[in-house]
Amino acid sequence: MYVELKNVFKRFGNFQAVNDVSFGLAQGTLAALLGPSGSGKTTILRMIAGLESPDSGQISIEGSVINNLEPSRRGIGFVFQNYALFRYMTVFDNIAFGLTTKKEPKAKIKERVEELLTLIGLEDLGKRYPAQLSGGQKQRVAFARALAPRPRILLLDEPFAAIDAKVRRELRSWLRHMITKLKITSIFVTHDQSEAIEVADRIIITNSGRVEQTGAPVELYRSPATPFVARFIGESTLANDYRTLVGFEEAPDGYECAIRPEFIRLFAPGEEVQFENSVEEGVIETMAFRGDTLEVIIRVRDFTLTTGYSLERPPLAPGDRVKVLIYRLYAFNGDRAVLVSNKRLNNTGNGYNFQI
Amino acid sequence: MAKSRTQAPSKHGRRGYRQENPYLRRLLIILSLLFTILMLVLPLVIVIYQAFGTGWDRFWAAVTNTFTLKALYLTILTGSFAVIFNTLFGLTAAWALTRYSFRGQGILITLIDLPFAISPIIAGLIFILTYGRLGWAKPILDEFNLKIVFATPGLVLATIFVTLPFVARELIPVLTARGTDEEQAAVLMGAGFFRVFFKVTLPHIRWALIYSVILCTARAMGEFGAVSVVSGHLRGKTNTLPLHIEILYNEHHYNEAFAVSAILVVTSIVILTARSVVEYLSRREGDDVR
Repeated sequence: MYVELKNVFKRFGNFQAVNDVSFGLAQGTLAALLGPSGSGKTTILRMIAGLESPDSGQISIEGSVINNLEPSRRGIGFVFQNYALFRYMTVFDNIAFGLTTKKEPKAKIKERVEELLTLIGLEDLGKRYPAQLSGGQKQRVAFARALAPRPRILLLDEPFAAIDAKVRRELRSWLRHMITKLKITSIFVTHDQSEAIEVADRIIITNSGRVEQTGAPVELYRSPATPFVARFIGESTLANDYRTLVGFEEAPDGYECAIRPEFIRLFAPGEEVQFENSVEEGVIETMAFRGDTLEVIIRVRDFTLTTGYSLERPPLAPGDRVKVLIYRLYAFNGDRAVLVSNKRLNNTGNGYNFQI
Repeated sequence: MAKSRTQAPSKHGRRGYRQENPYLRRLLIILSLLFTILMLVLPLVIVIYQAFGTGWDRFWAAVTNTFTLKALYLTILTGSFAVIFNTLFGLTAAWALTRYSFRGQGILITLIDLPFAISPIIAGLIFILTYGRLGWAKPILDEFNLKIVFATPGLVLATIFVTLPFVARELIPVLTARGTDEEQAAVLMGAGFFRVFFKVTLPHIRWALIYSVILCTARAMGEFGAVSVVSGHLRGKTNTLPLHIEILYNEHHYNEAFAVSAILVVTSIVILTARSVVEYLSRREGDDVR
């Protein structure tokens, strides 16, 4: 493993910010530390950078422990949440800072800075001051400044948080593209699951100071290991007493379940239902247009379920009685999330084979 | 509603709410003007007028009198020491209080303000009681043949004491507001303490620093109370300008007293101008020290 954390703990006063965290990342990975605020993700990032020191546990890069190495000797590039550009220095001097600190020859510094300015597409803005840049430009400069001394690892703290929604999408793919091109091992912190899923190769999900699960975005989506992950990734409906649902009578006992929108299929009144004995009866409560699909909220006895409905299918209206087929759900058993399929559906041998 | 409110000033060529009472407005403006003239402008004009009241020659004689020059020299000397010390202290304390967290931080912040709250007389007495004839530090001082009270070191100490909060007080909020991100970024890139301070922190706080140094200078030069207690009023030896003025006045040398006062008045005007220039420059750079 290129970057590795082993049983890392960190406490601030009475608050256990990081609680026995271990994970490893291969070289060249673009990883996301994803979790709600206060889950310890930023603290983990700052400990790797050396801005905080762990109470116990090991952090290593390229096989050597860096716990006691000065931050500046760790070979880390750091992009701060608000970029922290030096506001009294030009863009050029900002990017050059790490190199001038190392007392590199002037000609070399100039060459490197110009190379980076070209890379980020701001060749003509070297003489500007940070205050004269847009949010997106500032982020690019912060990125270039972190890369200038050729770090081993790039760390980014909420890199898109300070940018408005439209530019954010652009920057996401820009950053993804840049990091892939440079093949630099990178870790970024985010609380936005869609950001993590779109940008990262691997996601480390944190919650109350612990790592809940580590894996590729699809893995996390398809097989969440814990109730927290099942709830956090995807737009799930939560329900109790799921064993009263048709087809789940024999499901393992648990306290709660999560049902993804795509786990549910609706049949409009009068529409042919092929697996009559595996569906529930429900009433449409509300419908909302979400740009490409309709978001439908259905009441099935005591359950309130949310699903998507294509505009191409027979029209529905609130109050309509519909048939509701639930393919599968995640049952929470202790601290595990178990994927359970509709038993009756399997018995019919129907080939409704859906994949995420 | 909000719109009509913002339009009001341009329409009527004045600021304020449309609903205001015009008589109240006039009354308040006239009152402030009157007070300013009565309390500030008039006395100052009288000082200058009295200073030259008996002709340029007497004025010049009073100003160039040996004792006056000695007092001026002593004022500049004590002022310089106090300003230099308090600038260093202010930077150190502001840095420690905003960049580190430690036990007793709150108490330290409160203590820095003490000289603003305490009467200057007490400030002077503190030094007499510590370093004076009956003070507990007297034997140690005698050992090294040092004299503090009724000597220049005493004046410097008293001046430092009363001007202690100026620089620290001005810098703490600026440093707090700026945050530590840029400094951390610089440290991560391998910058040492001095490089971080001079390249990253100092540019942020320079206007606030200059501003506070100017205010500190003004206060240091005019300090009377605490200095009066530790001075002993030895003419030509431990008399600063304010003390010299008092002596002249008590001896009924009114013209001379006013002439010497004129020096301090002119200094204040220079300092006020410098302050306004700094305020203007800092605002132009978007740093607004006020």
